[in-house]
Amino acid sequence: MRDRIPRTGRARRRVAAATAAAVSGLVLLSGCAGAGALGAGDSDRLVIAIVSNPQMQDAIALQDRFAKEHPGIELDFVSLPENEARAKITTSVATGGGEFDVVMISNYETAQWAEFGWLENLQPHIDATEGYDGEDFMPSIRDSLSYEDDMYSVPFYGESSFLAYREDLFEKAGLEMPENPTWEEVAEFAAELDDPDNGTAGICLRGLPGWGEVLAPLNTVVNTSGGRWYDQEWNSRLSDPEFHDAVEFYVDLVREHGQPGAANSGFGDCLTHYSQGRAAMWYDATAMVSTLEDPSSSEVAGKSGYAPAPVDQTDSSGWLYTWSLAIPTTSQNKDEAWDFVSWVTDPDYIELVGEEYGWERVPPGSRQSTFEHPEYQEVAGSYADPMRAAIETAATDGATVDPVPYTGIGFVAIPEFQDMGTRVSQQISAAIAGQITVEEALEQSDEYVEAVGRTYREEQ
Amino acid sequence: MTATADHAKTARPVPPTTTGAARKGGRPGRRKSGPGGRALTVFTWAVALVFISPVLWMVLTAFKQEGDAYTDPPKVLFTPTLEQFGAVLGGDFLPYVGNSAIATLFSTALVLLLGVPAAYALSIAPVRRTKDVLFFFISTKMLPVVAVIVPLYVAAGRIRMLDNIWTLVLLYTAMNLPIAVWMLRSFFLEVPTGIIEAARLEGASLSRVLWSVMLPVMAPGIAATALICMIFSWNEFFFALNLTAAKAATVPVFMTGFITSEGLYWAQLSAAATVVSLPIVIVGWVAQRQLVRGLSMGAVK
Amino acid sequence: MSTLNTAAPTRAARSGDWARRAPLLPALIFTVLLTQLPFLATIWYSLGSWNLLRPGSQQFNGLANYVAVFTDTQFLKAALNTVVITAGCVLVSMALGIGFALLLDRKFLGRGVVRTMLITPFLILPVATALLWKTTMLDPVFGLVGFALSPFGLGEVDWATQFPVASIVAALVWQWTPFMMLLVLAGLQSQGHDVLEAGQVDGAGAWQMFSFVTLPHLRRYIELGVLLGSIYVVNTFDTIYMMTQGGPGTASANLPFTIYQRAFLGFDIGQSAAMGVVVVIGTIIVAMLALRLIFRTFLSSQEQKS
Repeated sequence: MRDRIPRTGRARRRVAAATAAAVSGLVLLSGCAGAGALGAGDSDRLVIAIVSNPQMQDAIALQDRFAKEHPGIELDFVSLPENEARAKITTSVATGGGEFDVVMISNYETAQWAEFGWLENLQPHIDATEGYDGEDFMPSIRDSLSYEDDMYSVPFYGESSFLAYREDLFEKAGLEMPENPTWEEVAEFAAELDDPDNGTAGICLRGLPGWGEVLAPLNTVVNTSGGRWYDQEWNSRLSDPEFHDAVEFYVDLVREHGQPGAANSGFGDCLTHYSQGRAAMWYDATAMVSTLEDPSSSEVAGKSGYAPAPVDQTDSSGWLYTWSLAIPTTSQNKDEAWDFVSWVTDPDYIELVGEEYGWERVPPGSRQSTFEHPEYQEVAGSYADPMRAAIETAATDGATVDPVPYTGIGFVAIPEFQDMGTRVSQQISAAIAGQITVEEALEQSDEYVEAVGRTYREEQ
Repeated sequence: MTATADHAKTARPVPPTTTGAARKGGRPGRRKSGPGGRALTVFTWAVALVFISPVLWMVLTAFKQEGDAYTDPPKVLFTPTLEQFGAVLGGDFLPYVGNSAIATLFSTALVLLLGVPAAYALSIAPVRRTKDVLFFFISTKMLPVVAVIVPLYVAAGRIRMLDNIWTLVLLYTAMNLPIAVWMLRSFFLEVPTGIIEAARLEGASLSRVLWSVMLPVMAPGIAATALICMIFSWNEFFFALNLTAAKAATVPVFMTGFITSEGLYWAQLSAAATVVSLPIVIVGWVAQRQLVRGLSMGAVK
Repeated sequence: MSTLNTAAPTRAARSGDWARRAPLLPALIFTVLLTQLPFLATIWYSLGSWNLLRPGSQQFNGLANYVAVFTDTQFLKAALNTVVITAGCVLVSMALGIGFALLLDRKFLGRGVVRTMLITPFLILPVATALLWKTTMLDPVFGLVGFALSPFGLGEVDWATQFPVASIVAALVWQWTPFMMLLVLAGLQSQGHDVLEAGQVDGAGAWQMFSFVTLPHLRRYIELGVLLGSIYVVNTFDTIYMMTQGGPGTASANLPFTIYQRAFLGFDIGQSAAMGVVVVIGTIIVAMLALRLIFRTFLSSQEQKS
């Protein structure tokens, strides 16, 4: 052993030197960024949690403009994919964690959280802000963000769902998209246009777990096929043949003619697929157009046609959804927070995005004035009307064939749905991956849904 | 298994007379020999290159344009660009690095502040039930952190310590303290006991023994311990993910921004991965031996 | 020379006891405060129902959460995954680690460089490792693995979806092999050369030398590697979070990830706490057995040194 000591000694001296170097490096680094981290008590820093969809990225990129108009307010963005953002935002708001001054939520959360007293009532702010015009929001969206007639969050963009399809591919194959396609027709088109050798899938559909991911489009298929989550007595109806057939249809369609890696694709992945020209159709949120029609980020700009959400037994089936901004009651900087919220949802902001990045990229569907703007109408001719019609007709009640005790189209508007929907979505996603059968997925899901339904039955 | 056979084969021809030379090299039989040895060397190099190819690929991709990163077959020849590094460093990357640096630096300092005396009490002048205490420390390492995250979150929320870098400093200290105590103890046990006895016989107080006599001897061991703690703090993800939002977010949290596959981003991802890994890679390269020492909590030299 | 180790306790006078304990107490108290106290809170949460999204839903419900946990197939599946991932990662990386260590245990051109190369995967930020494996390595279309395997007809496999557990294990093995290698290498280099020489003089064959001399000597190091590897790998969260999010479905979720999901996506605090407690109890049982081993390995090696 003795002969090793000199070498160990040398090695140790090297370690000591390395440590010294590491420490001084870290000191330097912490110094250069320390102001931000250590000055946490600074009251004019707003922390804003948002979902990292493209329109939100534009807002982050434009934050300098806000700073110019509001000197003294600094913005910190936490921008995450939908599932991760939801986890952080919901935990924080529900426990009163207080990390965030502004949070991005949706029409699912707003009314519930307003009822619990977790959100600041924005109506007084709206009314007191000159030129903001709360009456300009799309009526269906405004209703979905209101609790007792006051708005508790304001829409950043609003969306329904529709079907994008590549007109050039349809023409080449001699196909024509009907004015109001049915799912059966869509499945036939997908089979026809599926061309894996050239890297083009017949259709792109979400398969990522998460109630806001795969369940959103799937739910509209279920609704229009006569399926439902609960009957009026809160019994789970997942074992109904209608529900089963709808899920099986969706799973088979995406497995046979969908994009590769479907079980892991959410909205963002599908956006990439379709805009790179790797899918012939895509059924998803109308907000997709901001990226699809932007030549700088899409290879298929100007090549798409848009049809209403495909149907089966109902006349329409598009969902209604909106990414909206709210201020948690725990925020210490409510007025500054409203300054930001109102700035980014104001018609002037839409104008700003239109001028900076082009009118196809504006956050759509939130305001009637956007649809009426001449420059928007010019670039959005092919999709503005289908989008507006979809949002206006998306009916929060009456989306299903049979009556249900809950509201919501792409979701079930009860607090337990975050948990229940997440678990069901995991089962569906496993079926899309081929890990389990649709029967197995629904059998397991039925247990979760029934367990929640039982608590509501007891309350009745 | 050929490797094993060849290993012993190269060892066999060593005649007993070369013992001295072999001893100087640390072990007998490690010498270049014959064509078999050369083939083995080539094989070893090949294995190493295949094994490290993900790292090489990462570095290569970091110098690509996004278009070059998405090709089938993968592109090896391309016009290198620093654009991705520029994009990473030019964004809001620095605050994350700063937070990581603060969390790493202060938690390591705190670990040493608490760990050195504790290790002293468990080695040089052991308290009764030393083994129980050691057992306790090591057992905390086996508790899944996920089992305590909710109470920690709620408690931090109550005292308004969420998204605060000092919360991470405290938690990283608790996370690293057990390993540090074990590791420091093993270094203490190696200190020639004569020095301490002499000092104590001269009537030096405990703290004097600790600071004036022990510390100089211990410095390299403490440095090695500090390095290990730094690596773990720098890499920690779970606490950082759940307890920070914006102001205190660290480097691993920065990387979560790349989960979404929105658009083409592999080149930038690779550049970011390269930049954030670089500090630890360099430290680890320099301190290879101490790395084992620390990770095995002192059981292996 | 007598060591203080054995001499000191006999000399310890009762009055000196507190002076001796004083240096230990801050660390001990700190650790208790930050690890044990929260765990007590977890036990408390586990005895009640608390859905974060239904304020006022907090109420004591005894062991109901535990019943729910044990009848939840998702939880049992996650437990199984934890075992598979941990055992798979530890065993494969140990086997590879032994192989690498044997390759390195000889003098050859660039030995230091090769060793440095082989340990590098362990030093890459784990979160980055997971992301890189998911994308640039295992992507079905543009991934390097698919390209390398395309001559075998495996070019278009969507690894992360079709073989999620195997993909995670692959990334973990890549990350942990260097650690195992370094441990085994330390073992190889501590092997007494007189034993080897004696064997050579006796004319033992290469394989006999390895299996009768080297392997028994390495046993302690291998045990240690398996043990420490298990402690770290069983708590793997980052790799799963970054690579598969536990999916597809829940196919690749291990216990830490499942508990995280129940708490932060399901917001069912009571149930996630119960899962946490169950996991801790399970860990303690396994750890009790393992700790005996640790103590044999650690303390004996440390006491030898002094």
